[in-house]
Amino acid sequence: MFYRENGQFKSSYRADVALFPIAQDRWAMAGLLALAFIAVPSLASDYLFRAVLIPFLILALAAIGLNILVGYCGQISLGTGAFMAVGAYAAYNLQVRVEGMPLLLSLIGGGLAATVCGVLFGIPSLRIRGLYLAVATLAAQFFIDWFTNRVPWVTNGSSSGSVSISGLQMLGYRFDTPVQKYLLCLSIVAVFALLAKNLVRGAIGREWMAMRDMDVAASVIGIRPVHAKLTAFAVSSFIVGVAGALWGFVHLGSWEPAAFGIDKSFQLLFMVIIGGLGSIAGSFFGAAFIVLLPLVLNYVPHWLGLSLSTATASQLEHMVFGALIVFFLIVEPHGLAKLWSTARQKLRLWPFPY
Amino acid sequence: MKKLKAIALCAAAAASTLVAAPALAQEQFVPLLVYRTGQFAPLGIPWADGKQDYLKLVNARDGGVNGVKLSFEECETAYDAAKGVECYERLKSKGTGASGFDPQSTGITFAVTDKAYADKVAIETPGYGLSQSVDGTVFQWNFPLLGTYWTAADVMLQDIAKKEKGSLKGKKIALVYHDSPYGKEPIPLLQKRAAADGFELALFPVTPPGVEQKSTWLQIRQQKPDYVLFWSAGVMTPAGIREAQASGYPRDKIYGIWWAGSDHDVKDIGAGATGYNTITIHNSAARDRVHDDLRKFVYDKGQGTGAATGVGTLAHTRGMMIAMLQVEAIRAAQEQYGKGKPLTSEQVRWGFENLDLTADKLKALGFGEVMRPVKTSCANHLGTDWARIVQWDGSKWNIKSDWYQADKTHIDPLVKELSAKYAKDKNITPRSC
Amino acid sequence: MGFLLETLFGGLMVGMLYALVALGFVLIYKASGVFNFAQGAMVLFAALAMARFAEWIPQWLGFDNQILANVLAFLAATACMVAVAWLVERLALRKLVNQPGITLLMATLGISYFIDGAGQLLFGSAAYKIDVGMPKDPMIVFEKTFDGGLLLSKEDLYSAVIAALLVATLTLFFQKTRTGRALRAVADDHQAAQSIGIPLSRIWVVVWSIGGIVALVAGIIWGSKLGVQFSISLVALKAFPVVILGGLTSVPGAIVGGLLIGVGEKLSEIYLGPYVGGGIENWFAYVLALAFLLIRPQGLFGDKIIDRV
Repeated sequence: MFYRENGQFKSSYRADVALFPIAQDRWAMAGLLALAFIAVPSLASDYLFRAVLIPFLILALAAIGLNILVGYCGQISLGTGAFMAVGAYAAYNLQVRVEGMPLLLSLIGGGLAATVCGVLFGIPSLRIRGLYLAVATLAAQFFIDWFTNRVPWVTNGSSSGSVSISGLQMLGYRFDTPVQKYLLCLSIVAVFALLAKNLVRGAIGREWMAMRDMDVAASVIGIRPVHAKLTAFAVSSFIVGVAGALWGFVHLGSWEPAAFGIDKSFQLLFMVIIGGLGSIAGSFFGAAFIVLLPLVLNYVPHWLGLSLSTATASQLEHMVFGALIVFFLIVEPHGLAKLWSTARQKLRLWPFPY
Repeated sequence: MKKLKAIALCAAAAASTLVAAPALAQEQFVPLLVYRTGQFAPLGIPWADGKQDYLKLVNARDGGVNGVKLSFEECETAYDAAKGVECYERLKSKGTGASGFDPQSTGITFAVTDKAYADKVAIETPGYGLSQSVDGTVFQWNFPLLGTYWTAADVMLQDIAKKEKGSLKGKKIALVYHDSPYGKEPIPLLQKRAAADGFELALFPVTPPGVEQKSTWLQIRQQKPDYVLFWSAGVMTPAGIREAQASGYPRDKIYGIWWAGSDHDVKDIGAGATGYNTITIHNSAARDRVHDDLRKFVYDKGQGTGAATGVGTLAHTRGMMIAMLQVEAIRAAQEQYGKGKPLTSEQVRWGFENLDLTADKLKALGFGEVMRPVKTSCANHLGTDWARIVQWDGSKWNIKSDWYQADKTHIDPLVKELSAKYAKDKNITPRSC
Repeated sequence: MGFLLETLFGGLMVGMLYALVALGFVLIYKASGVFNFAQGAMVLFAALAMARFAEWIPQWLGFDNQILANVLAFLAATACMVAVAWLVERLALRKLVNQPGITLLMATLGISYFIDGAGQLLFGSAAYKIDVGMPKDPMIVFEKTFDGGLLLSKEDLYSAVIAALLVATLTLFFQKTRTGRALRAVADDHQAAQSIGIPLSRIWVVVWSIGGIVALVAGIIWGSKLGVQFSISLVALKAFPVVILGGLTSVPGAIVGGLLIGVGEKLSEIYLGPYVGGGIENWFAYVLALAFLLIRPQGLFGDKIIDRV
């Protein structure tokens, strides 16, 4: 009833290939953006910003990057944490060594460094495939773990290996309060999501998807595997690098190499799988799920009035987490995005059954 | 459709649980950041038990601090900085404000120190944390009471020097350390001392969690250092001692830092660890009246946090000491700001800065054998550092040395240098004391 | 020269232990096509079960004999692992039969979180000990030939022998028994095996149980060496390069891969490590495996990946 496309005729090619062809979609998106930019900053508490919204946004950005690699191009990568680390440390070095470096340039610099790294570690993907590649990307993870720990230049000579950023500011505008940090992250994520969505709808995106579905056939019809795979690694690493820089600068403020360890890589992969492979919206769903789940699991015992020791609560959290992952994979292997798109399909016909 | 409805309901329920529960106002809230899981759990569990047990004791035996009961809440960090920050954010404003945070981790301390400035909460880091934060003029909110990694390293070297007839010249000392900010902390001081005293310092980083140390100890077997300083924690400690045994390195030449020297680290190895030395913060190997009180008021009533066998172990006692310092800071702050009423975080910070635990006071508290007098001041957030060396004999720890204090000739300039650097990096104007 | 030999021995011994963990991966992958990320968690669970039962059984039954306690604990732990295998097959694998590899991978990752949490909930998250009577002191040989002699860890040697025996037993099992043949048939082609009447779900329970028992043996050996605690599940991360180096579908590959990785790791750490500050063995193993993969993308002994276009 609400979602009918009656009367919405496209009179130009441009309108036909628009990102949101249905008007209701456009309104919904505008509403969501208004909610995110205007309503949330005025309503949410400090804790909600710091513990929920900002990590959600940054991890969603990283998940978009990983989704491009795993979901659209089919190259399983377990080294995402390492690329986030590269982005974070590169941005840190730019910020600290160059006087008066604008924040955005540091972030982009971090992304570029991660790109170089990503392409380098993506070269094996030209020869190795599937699970072997997944495990080979762990080489990147552990190497970067060690590199950031051992090489003093990376941490600007910090004797403890821990680095910190104070005072984010750009063009004289400071980002101190949680609201400002939230708006910064939101803007960056919105821009990147738009860029990513358009990339995957374009020729390069179709190349990636062809490589994912059947790379031999793709190369037979003229898609260059080197170009497709390495661009996937490059774009993905860029986005992940920017996300890593944001994670370090905005969310953590002060971090050590262990902050970007293998657990982060697994966490991002979970987000992408649960959210939905091959879907930009799915990255957001997955990130929301993974960010909210531990918090909810922490509050449920409170809620039910049980008093559990923190160790028990933590183990139960692990167990529920693992069980939910398996449950989701059984119930909807294509992730939350598929559930959402099924809902939309049903909504287009509602209240009619077909 | 059913699936979607269910999911929508779950999401709504989830959103509604994000409201934090309010705490009672007539109590002093003490947040307890702990790690009972993860690679450091063997250390974290008795530590956390000790902290909680002491708070329970104060409530049960003394009725709180001047009538103000202590409320507390544990938050699991698993030694992860991001989780630690999340716990900090959640608990910092509970009640009348968190009395102080003991993050139990150098990594989390780094992450939380910057925020503590803005949030005005004290960070109590006895025996760990930033070694330069003893300088209260720059680190207004950090309190590395009783000892830092620099004082520990210095004391270890003093004990070694004693064994080597007073001179370390020409000796080779290896540092086997956990490859993280925690393990790297003593390196600046050790390098300085190596240059000054003429010994050779060999560094052996061990990748966390440190279960695989065969190559490290093979190298040690080859390079034959005279002594090994062991900066490990959690599962890395027993793994290292076992590897030392398997490669035949004499355990009595190994000095473990205080976090690497507790009963759970060596009791499973038993006789294989005989000779292993560790340093204690003050005299946490001792037993005193506080242990008896704990049994009487808490454990005999079934209120103990951990197993009763844990009472009196090194890590548990240390936890109690840390909690005691927190409670005494609250007491000192109450003297200043009003006895018998709950205080804000900023007020408790004053308490930390004006601790004056004399021998009599410590005896009254039941810590007379365990601790020596501690006095903090505006510029000195360390208080007084005392340490002893204890040795494992296969079934228990024996006190092997007299009281040591760190030699500040090398430590003080290093503190000044690094805290000045910190002040410059963070744009902090040092206070005048 | 003496030290080089020492390093080589040490590497070979440790390599066997990695191969033991890698064996679990290979067995499960061969028969059910699933890369079992939960193997590390299974090693932890098995080791915890063994350690705690060895502690509890004497208390429950009231006797003091260490050997009897160990034997009973071993049986109890085996029963636990079979139960885990049955549950995993029933609740997870059966429902995910035809899903693509990455979904199964993620499912096993979820299972590994679950088993990690369940193991520590049931048995505790502190450090526990396993004492199966392994000798702890080192053995020094060839003292006349080399200065200071060559260090051989007796415990590692015994463990390597046990690992070799286990591999030999498993090979015999696969070659000579009916169930073994059925397992090989399933590994070859699921559908063909089903069509000749081999019950797939039962075979999977058997395979995961065997994987569980291999995990138990690995857990006992590693637990005896290091003590049992959560971090033991991370030795699985060391076994990954072994598996991909040797090939995901090959048992001799796991052994050869293990030996290569073990030696490579130790040699790199001791001879290259000091030049770059140390601590390189973690990533070096992976880089070594990666280098081999670039020459043989399916691992040394693995099956070639054939795509139908």
